[in-house]
Formats: sequence, structure tokens, C-alpha cells
Amino acid sequence: MPLEFEKPIEELEAKIAELEGFATSSGVDLSGELQVLRERLAQLKSETFGNLSRWERVQLARAPGRPTTLDVIGGIMSEFVELYGDRTYGEDPAVVGGLARFEGTSVVVVGHQKGRDTKENIRRNFAMPHPEGYRKAMRMMDLADRFGRPFIAFIDTPGAYPGVSAEERGQAWVIAQSIQRMARLRVPAIAIILGEGGSGGALAIGVGNRVLILENAWYSVISPESCAAILWRDAKEAAKAAEALKLSAPDLLSLGIVDRIIPEPSGGAHRDPATTLSNIKQALQATLAELAGLGPEQLFEDRYRRFRGLGRYQV
Amino acid sequence: MALERLFRRRRAQGEARDIPELWVKCPKCDAQIYKKDLETNLHVCPKCEHHLRLSADKRIAMLADAGSFEQITGLKPTDPLGFVDTEPYPKRLERYQKEAGRPDAIVGGRCTIGGIESVLLVMDYAFAGGSMGSVVGEEITRGIELAAQENRAVVIVSVSGGARMQEAALSLMQMAKTTLALDRLWAQKLPYISILTDPTTGGVTASFAAIADVILAEPGALIGFAGPRVIKQTIRQDLPEGFQRSEFLLKHGMVDQVVDRRRLKETVARILKLLHPRTVNHAG
Repeated sequence: MPLEFEKPIEELEAKIAELEGFATSSGVDLSGELQVLRERLAQLKSETFGNLSRWERVQLARAPGRPTTLDVIGGIMSEFVELYGDRTYGEDPAVVGGLARFEGTSVVVVGHQKGRDTKENIRRNFAMPHPEGYRKAMRMMDLADRFGRPFIAFIDTPGAYPGVSAEERGQAWVIAQSIQRMARLRVPAIAIILGEGGSGGALAIGVGNRVLILENAWYSVISPESCAAILWRDAKEAAKAAEALKLSAPDLLSLGIVDRIIPEPSGGAHRDPATTLSNIKQALQATLAELAGLGPEQLFEDRYRRFRGLGRYQV
Repeated sequence: MALERLFRRRRAQGEARDIPELWVKCPKCDAQIYKKDLETNLHVCPKCEHHLRLSADKRIAMLADAGSFEQITGLKPTDPLGFVDTEPYPKRLERYQKEAGRPDAIVGGRCTIGGIESVLLVMDYAFAGGSMGSVVGEEITRGIELAAQENRAVVIVSVSGGARMQEAALSLMQMAKTTLALDRLWAQKLPYISILTDPTTGGVTASFAAIADVILAEPGALIGFAGPRVIKQTIRQDLPEGFQRSEFLLKHGMVDQVVDRRRLKETVARILKLLHPRTVNHAG
């Protein structure tokens, strides 16, 4: 199912395919016509994807087929051992975590997990964690510290779950605790925003020495829809809200909120997951190498300084 | 989230509606209260004990020892994103500043509380519903750092709809910044008391307000992560009676005590004395 702004491209692609099929089966030479159409397609793609609005990027960040946390772990790591449960209350499928090997190094990973289809999405609560999910994440942080393994967090959530059960069990409390726990890590911590970085639910596992973001992912204090519902009193004004929130990767880089943008293939990660995974792998390798020289206390201080400096005000 | 519409509605409900100057109507029990009585009673309704909203200045007067408060806050907000919704952010800021009589939603300073050297930071609901942007985050952080430097306890009174949307991801980062700053305090074993008042939600609850050594809440305060309207929309059901109120949180183990405002100062002072490393430990 193409996104709204992808439709003209998909239509043109279909037309070219149809014409190619006709040319082959009929033997009629259509190479001239096909050449024109292919050029038009290339132009249309560069116009559409080279100049994406922030709202279009948000749609790409949510596109079905975009690599999820488990896709990334499976694609760039090996020997993954998934670990379940929070040892207190339950198991939250909206957050996954465990041990894995990345380029020879054993690491601890955690991430929000979206479903690849509706059924899985319902099971995983659309990657909106309950407190148990964050307690699971904190267990992973404990493991990383105890065994001195780098901690890698993948962010992809519309937000922490806003429901009665989550409130009863202290949603705000665990988010604050998770922020604090991650800040205290004495190992390299890297957060990678894969798709959606929805507010405190994202930040809870976002306190990295370095924060990386995929080119079309978003990260903000509120989703464009909720922001529009409050400020414009109409969720349909989400496109305007997305612009105002400056939630795109280039915006965040210029504000110092992220440190590196991981490029996506033309048209977004979902159009070419393999290339996306290889780009993530490269960026993660480079970032781990950057942090390799820092000792435990230096890593802690480096992370402290990184977040201490964020904010804009006048004296 | 900064649910400004909710603020406006709640401001209308939660604060005393003035009937000819001398009398105030309790928003909960509708009793007519003589204004002077209300003030001497720290804005707690003498009839039904409903805790009416208290201004930041009155909070300070109530908690700090008389004459001890020395203000340290005063940073001004900017418009880092060029944020425009139905009106530009700088226009809103101007209005909020006029309404609250201060540059942003926080005021704080050095003081003593029951004789204990402290830094007291108080959020101000009159400024954009106490929303947290860069200034609130920076002032809280600086206040905590100052306390760590000067061996002071920290007391923060929260009242907030959450992080400020107009500073977007920068507001979000204040959650991390303030939380990290508390580590400096912990390292020196200095006590931090968080006081939750009506309402405390969103990014403020989910950061510095929830990880104190001791968390106190005023009776009947709305406290939570998501606002009730958002939750209602999500679950499409009516919310249980008393949901997200202080007493609900006490029952669920999230706060240490629900404290009547009229006993708040003595409670805070007692805890500070029991925890502060510089207080003498009497034998026997």
C-alpha cells in the first residue's frame, strides 16, 4: 500500500512495467517511449524524495515494511539471545532486549518493537510500552554495566502507553528511573532512532553517549497529531504541527539533539531494507570506534556533558 | 504534554472564582469563604478541606523560613524553533510573562527550611500551566548544581501540564538534563524532597519529580504521566473514581505521603533534619 505522496511514482512504475511487458511480448520497439518515461520517473523520484516535507518524513517513519528493532538486530548482529520479563510484574512485548554479538563484540541490546502486521502490532501494543517494558530495559542496562558490554538502544515508539494500567503501575516513575539508570551507565551507550521517537517513552532509552537517527525518523516531545489536536484543536492539522515541531533528522542535528544522521535509500528505508541495515551497521561501527578510547568514568562524564548542554535560553 | 486547553479549563475550575472582592467561592463545595480566612488557612477550604491552587510566591512564603529566601532564578525564554501555531510563540510568551509576572514558569532561590540550608524551586502554574521548556529545565538543573556545590538540600514544588510543545525536542531534553543533575546531589548525600501539587503530569512527573528521596503530594492533586483526557480517548471508557489523584498514587505505592498543606512545612523540615548529613545526630 503506497503512501499518498508515493502514488504518482508507483503509477508511473506500473506503467513502465506494463509497457516493457508489451514490448517484449509483441516485439514492438518502444525503447524511445520507455526512455522518456524512465527519465520522467527519475525526475519525479528526485523531486518527491529530494524535497520531503517533515510530515512526509513522519509517514515514511511509520511506513509498513520499515525495518523494526528485531529486523535490525537480526540483520546486523549474530548470536542474539532474547531475554524476557521485568522480574517484578510481567513481560512487555512492546520492548525487546537481550544479548548479541556485533562485529565480534558482545553487546546488550534493547528496543521498542513494532509489529510487522496488524496481529503482531496488537500483541506488541503498537510498540507503546507499559512500565514492565522500561523495567526490562533497566535490567538490560544492569547487565551491560555488570559485564562491561556496550549498550545499544533502538528507539521506535509513538510513545509510552497512555492507559489506566500503565498509570496504576507508575509509568512516569519508570520513565524517570530509566532515564537515570541509562545516564549512570559506565559502558558505551548508543541510541539509534529507527522510526518514531515519541516523547518520554522514547527518551527513557535515549540517554546515549551518542544519539543517531535514520534520515526519515522523527523525535519530539509529542506526536504531530496530538500537538495539532491541542494547539490547532484539530488532529487533521498534523502536517502543520510536524513543520512547527521541527522534528526531522536535519532539524535535530542542528539543535544538537542527535549526533549523526544515518542515510536511507531513496524513497525511504522500507523501499530497500538491505541497504538501510548496512548503513546502520556502518554508523554503529563508526560510533563504537569513537567511544572505544573512553574509560568507565569518562563515558559517564561524556554523557552527562552531552545532555547538560541542551536547551536554549537568555541570561 | 502541555495541554493548554486543559489548563484554561482547569484554571477556571481550580482557582477561586472571585465574588465581590472579600468573598471567594470554594470550587469544590461552593461554600462562600471570607478571603482573609482562606489566606490564613493557606488556601485550604475551611469547610471541605479542598486545596485550592496556591501561587508560586505564596508557596515560597509558606515553605521558606521568614526572610531567608534569596532568589537565584531569572533566565528568559527564547523561540529556538520559530514556533508558530495559531499565534507565534513569542506572542504567547509575552502574554504568559504578563500574566505570571515572571520570565518563565519557575522561581527559586537559596533559603532555610526549618533552619536547614536549602535550595527551593517552585513551578508557577500561572505561566503557561507550568509547562517545562529550556528555562525551567535549566533553572532546575542550576538549582540542583548550586545545592550540590553549597551542601544544601533541595526541595522542588511541581505543578505542570508537562513539557512545553513550543520548544519541542528541546523541552524533552530537559527531562534528561534535570534527571542527570540529581546525580550530583546523590553523590554528596544531600536530600531532595519532591512535592507534587495539582496538577503534575507529563514530562515533569516523568523526570525530576518522580525520583526524589522522598515524594510528598498534596491531597486531591492530579498526578500522572498521560493526562486523563488522553487516557479516556485511548481506552474509550470512563476513568475510575479518584484515578490519578494523590490518594490513588499513595495506594499504588508511588508517593511516600499525602500531606495536608497546613502540615507541609513541618513535614518537609522534619524530613530534611532527619536526612541532612550536617544535622547533629543526638544519641539516645
